[in-house]
Amino acid sequence: MDTDRLHEILAAHAGCKGALLPILHDIQHAFGCIDAVAEAAVAKVLNLSRAEVHGVVSFYHDFTPEADPRPCIELCRAEACQARGVEALVPAATAAAGERVRIKPVYCLGLCSVGPVARHGELLHARLDEAALVKLVQTA
Amino acid sequence: MTVVRISDDALALACGADAVAAVFAAAGWTVERVSSWGMHWLEPLAEVNGIGWGPVTPDRVAEIIEGKADDLCIGPIAAHPFITGQQRLTFARAGKTRPLSLEDYAATGGWTGLNRARGMSPAEVIEQVIASGLRGRGGAGFPAGIKWRTVAGAPGEQKYVVCNADEGDSGTFADRMLMEGDPFQLIEGMAIAAYAVGAGQGYIYVRSEYPHAIAKLRKAIDLAAGHIAPFAIEVRVGAGAYVCGEETSLLNSIEGKRGEVRAKPPLPALKGLFGCPTVVNNVLTLAAIPHILHEDGASLYDNLGIARSKGTMPIQLAGNIRHGGLYETAFGITLNRLIYEVGGGTQSGRPVKAVQVGGPLGAYIPPSQFDLPFDYEAYAAANALIGHGGVVVFDDSADMGAQARFAMEFCAAESCGKCTPCRIGSTRGVELIDRIRAGGKAGADAVEALPQMHNARKTGRTRAEEIALLEDLCETMKDASLCALGGFTPYPVLSALKHWPEDFGA
Repeated sequence: MDTDRLHEILAAHAGCKGALLPILHDIQHAFGCIDAVAEAAVAKVLNLSRAEVHGVVSFYHDFTPEADPRPCIELCRAEACQARGVEALVPAATAAAGERVRIKPVYCLGLCSVGPVARHGELLHARLDEAALVKLVQTA
Repeated sequence: MTVVRISDDALALACGADAVAAVFAAAGWTVERVSSWGMHWLEPLAEVNGIGWGPVTPDRVAEIIEGKADDLCIGPIAAHPFITGQQRLTFARAGKTRPLSLEDYAATGGWTGLNRARGMSPAEVIEQVIASGLRGRGGAGFPAGIKWRTVAGAPGEQKYVVCNADEGDSGTFADRMLMEGDPFQLIEGMAIAAYAVGAGQGYIYVRSEYPHAIAKLRKAIDLAAGHIAPFAIEVRVGAGAYVCGEETSLLNSIEGKRGEVRAKPPLPALKGLFGCPTVVNNVLTLAAIPHILHEDGASLYDNLGIARSKGTMPIQLAGNIRHGGLYETAFGITLNRLIYEVGGGTQSGRPVKAVQVGGPLGAYIPPSQFDLPFDYEAYAAANALIGHGGVVVFDDSADMGAQARFAMEFCAAESCGKCTPCRIGSTRGVELIDRIRAGGKAGADAVEALPQMHNARKTGRTRAEEIALLEDLCETMKDASLCALGGFTPYPVLSALKHWPEDFGA
């Protein structure tokens, strides 16, 4: 872990009230994970125990202890997308993904009238059918 | 000059609005990126001189430029029945203004409410909100003005206004559309709340799944800083925890803690963020405020709606529905009208089997109850809830037993773990539904068979006994959970079991 970058992040939030989540978001974004080294550094700066920081990191789905370098397709699996048939697309998408691509279930992207929907990086994709989703996975 | 207006709402982008805009731009047209009209089946919707075409694909742009593509043309957008049937107050600007244009905002009545409020005493502002009958739009339906009065009267130097924008319910997107399409209105509403209760700092807690809304809000706050000073607003981003939509869990999250629910009392209005008196309101509640503070706004609002549900509700039509989108109307509308007349029935063309109103914690409602008026009390009396106004339609291919199981599974995954009924009950609920669907349980399992498990039943259970157990479990979750996650998960489960027993293997 690049400790200079880590300390830059910590310094950027100095004086912020309730800084823990903004700091953790920045670390997750910069390093793809929040590992033990980062947890210890955050704990020291915020005058918390490492257990407290770890408790927060492990509570939220967005924070991960290890980086996953694979491309990630976030596929909405919540009720509105279920009603529009997302579950039927999952086997083909999983097969296309294999070990190379990670298909991460998410619960609602707020596009509930044009599902099934997925996100790849910053880009959103709506009205997916099996062919479109498989293509999205293959080109991820 | 030739101008085309295309939305830059996340939903329009997901449907390919950028590619369409790029073709218009390449043809030398001026492209204005506006908010979405909320007619989602037509996105990307291109508007030229008030006439709409949708859904547009890049290869059809050339025809639209020539005034052709009649099969996509819907005529004047503002005269479309989906729009004319609505009473848009909170979404009055939808489709009409550029989200980050202060000029557009001011030209459409922006800041009028805030300026008028500043001419009154804080107590008078609160009286106006109470008189309007506005109730919290997040789901609980608590009168907004009463909450404000409590915060205003609470002792404390520092007070906060927190906007709950953690819109995690599936089938809801009104908060997202408002934040992306009309962020200044939310900011103005928060500034009025801050003036009324004496708060200096505000936070908007947005879920991380909404990056477009976060970016728009941050820009809008910078642009509007001069209008709302000395009040200041900061955007805080959630981290993928559904339970953080619960107000006390949200406050813990802003403070940098695990998003665990707090026991009430103390109420957040008295001891909220960082232990200070705090107004926590939903996006739609705060966004309704500027209109209420207009001349006669409070009485106009109070005259809309039915019984104790006053004003308008931005209803979100989602799931398997042909004409999905945002439909803001006065309280009292029936599901029959919403689903068949407005929504055009299912997208798949198959019969409607069920509708879930109010997100993952809302009851599944069968077609026989579609005459229920949209009203907090009427829904409560029917063992259902309005929640945040999301309506998710399912056709006859839905397996309601599987949906009930999903409700318990979702609760187990998202439980904050603070209270036992939610943390453990949800997992036991999944197991019970599995056993009911399998027709009961043959005998004791490996753990139950252990000699030290004195109290465990050694014989199997019939399906009827398993159902009684599930009902008992749901009763416990309803009555003993700390918050709505564990407390309301029984609604989808019991409603599915009651109305579609055949999907549970009966």
